[in-house]
Amino acid sequence: MRIYVCVKQVPDTSGVVAVNPDGTLNRASMQTIINPDDLSAMEQALVLKDATGCQVTAVTMGPPPAEGMLRELLAMGADDAVLISAREFGGSDTFATSQIISAAINHLGVGKDDMIFCGRQAIDGDTAQVGPQIAEKLNLPQVSYAAEIEKVGNDVTVKRMLEDGYMKIKVQTPCLITCISDKEKKARYMTLNGINHCYEKPFTLLNFEALKDEPLIELDKIGLKGSPTNIFKSFTPPVKGVGVMLEGADKKTAETLANILLEKHVI
Amino acid sequence: MAFNSADISAFKDIWVFCEQRNGVLMNTDFELVSEARKLANERGSKLVGVLLGHNVEGLAKQLGGYGADKVLVCDHPELEVYTTDAYAKVLCDAAMELKPEVILLGASNIGRDLGPRCAARLNTGLTADCTHLDIDMNNYVDFLEKSSTLDLSNTKFDMEDTNLKMTRPAFGGHLMATIICPRFRPCMSTVRPGVMKKAPFSQEMSDKCVVEKYDVKLAKDDIKTQVLDVVKEAKKMVDLIGADVIVSVGRGIGKDIKKGIELAEQLTEAFGGGVVGGSRVTIDSGWLSADHQVGQTGKTVHPKVYVALGISGAIQHKAGMQDSELIIAVNKDETAPIFEIADYGITGDLFKVVPLMIEALNEARASK
Repeated sequence: MRIYVCVKQVPDTSGVVAVNPDGTLNRASMQTIINPDDLSAMEQALVLKDATGCQVTAVTMGPPPAEGMLRELLAMGADDAVLISAREFGGSDTFATSQIISAAINHLGVGKDDMIFCGRQAIDGDTAQVGPQIAEKLNLPQVSYAAEIEKVGNDVTVKRMLEDGYMKIKVQTPCLITCISDKEKKARYMTLNGINHCYEKPFTLLNFEALKDEPLIELDKIGLKGSPTNIFKSFTPPVKGVGVMLEGADKKTAETLANILLEKHVI
Repeated sequence: MAFNSADISAFKDIWVFCEQRNGVLMNTDFELVSEARKLANERGSKLVGVLLGHNVEGLAKQLGGYGADKVLVCDHPELEVYTTDAYAKVLCDAAMELKPEVILLGASNIGRDLGPRCAARLNTGLTADCTHLDIDMNNYVDFLEKSSTLDLSNTKFDMEDTNLKMTRPAFGGHLMATIICPRFRPCMSTVRPGVMKKAPFSQEMSDKCVVEKYDVKLAKDDIKTQVLDVVKEAKKMVDLIGADVIVSVGRGIGKDIKKGIELAEQLTEAFGGGVVGGSRVTIDSGWLSADHQVGQTGKTVHPKVYVALGISGAIQHKAGMQDSELIIAVNKDETAPIFEIADYGITGDLFKVVPLMIEALNEARASK
């Protein structure tokens, strides 16, 4: 049994954000992190590894520095890592990305017992689309928004969250599951032993040459040019009518605010 | 004839996937149908609601009341409870046969499961969680003039363009982006619940709405997952949407999380009751549970009073709260973008300012 965990290195959008003069995000100047939902997917996979001894493979598509993130995941307990990286893949939308990742996973092989875990969505795009699109390309059943995963034999039972409750869903391997973050289940830390050995574990680079003949890749539908969706315009919203900055930050300030709210019948 | 998503001229009509749970339509369905009515008018095309389920034909006329010309009812016992496989097969079969130009879905946990699966099968693009849609270029340019800081005086637009222009917060919510899908059809989009305005129900339109049954072809083998149980959780709901007062916390409570949340709760009480919300970092860091989240990823709210404590105000967050009637912000950083949309701002340490606010509010209320 092997679990592929698809992960993405994302800019830490909750921190300081730099914008280029042309309005695009200056990614180079931003800190990167492992996408939180993906980290949760990795943790779920490692829990299953603890129980069954299965193989856990971290897979990412991204620029060469994404290797650092994969080494961290190896230090957490993943057995091997795959970096999908090529200039031709850059600028892919979710459709193109899922095509490339599914081709890579197909290239590595999906066995009868295998599963693919993804994070529900990445914090830089917030689309939640790549997981289900990979499942479709690989013709695998999918369960998204998974909070809990249990596996007995080939039967996998998933607690799938809805806005107003949840479903219990049974699915058989091979399948794809997208995981949500759970504040009760924090991802484990890297271990000292893991850090010492993370450069000795198997590491595969899949570039354009390695994947271009894969049947799942349509060469005219990858990268910036091939992606079905394009950015037509990007812009920043206008600043709302100027508000009032109250002077100071003391008792008087608080009273001024309270009086305004009283006058406006807010309180 | 094989389905070809690149044969653009073969596609017409606007479809809305209408989600029902337990035989009840979602509020998002009415929002989407109302919005799609405008798009259909702009395009001069027909608006079709697509309703999947079992014994749901009776719901169809409701959709007509918000503007659907026609409702395509896909009825089958295997569609009673949502499964990705069954719903994707039926929606894709219908789309391949009838070739809609646009398919809109609500960005619910189900729409966001079904949409990408179908887009991949239909060989077309999908834009997630849109907050604004246009077809007519004049309307789109009007929208940009109102809602962007772009200088459009030197920009030439193709006024004949009939692509669906799908606008959403992008790059982690720091910018807005308009996405198009120019080479393939259908144009697909999931639309954020709570953003589009529901039109008033029209009995006349409802009466005129044509209800048509679609011949569903579905076998047990088509469905690879089995729903063992559907549980409605009776957990204490965090009713952000219905709240008059929301006090939200952000990264700024990091130095004493427990105290920060406590202060937010006390401040809601000082306003006479309300709900505590949080920015994304408070949810991602596990300080608050996900049902507290306000923003593009969380809920869109418009309370009478919104107080932002230690929230910098990324577009991602603003997208969820900027339509609040009155916004008060407290932040240590005087350059925080939240002050750009706040009606009243205080530059200061929330741990010092909020207790003073609570005291002042209580006194002011007592003096009434």
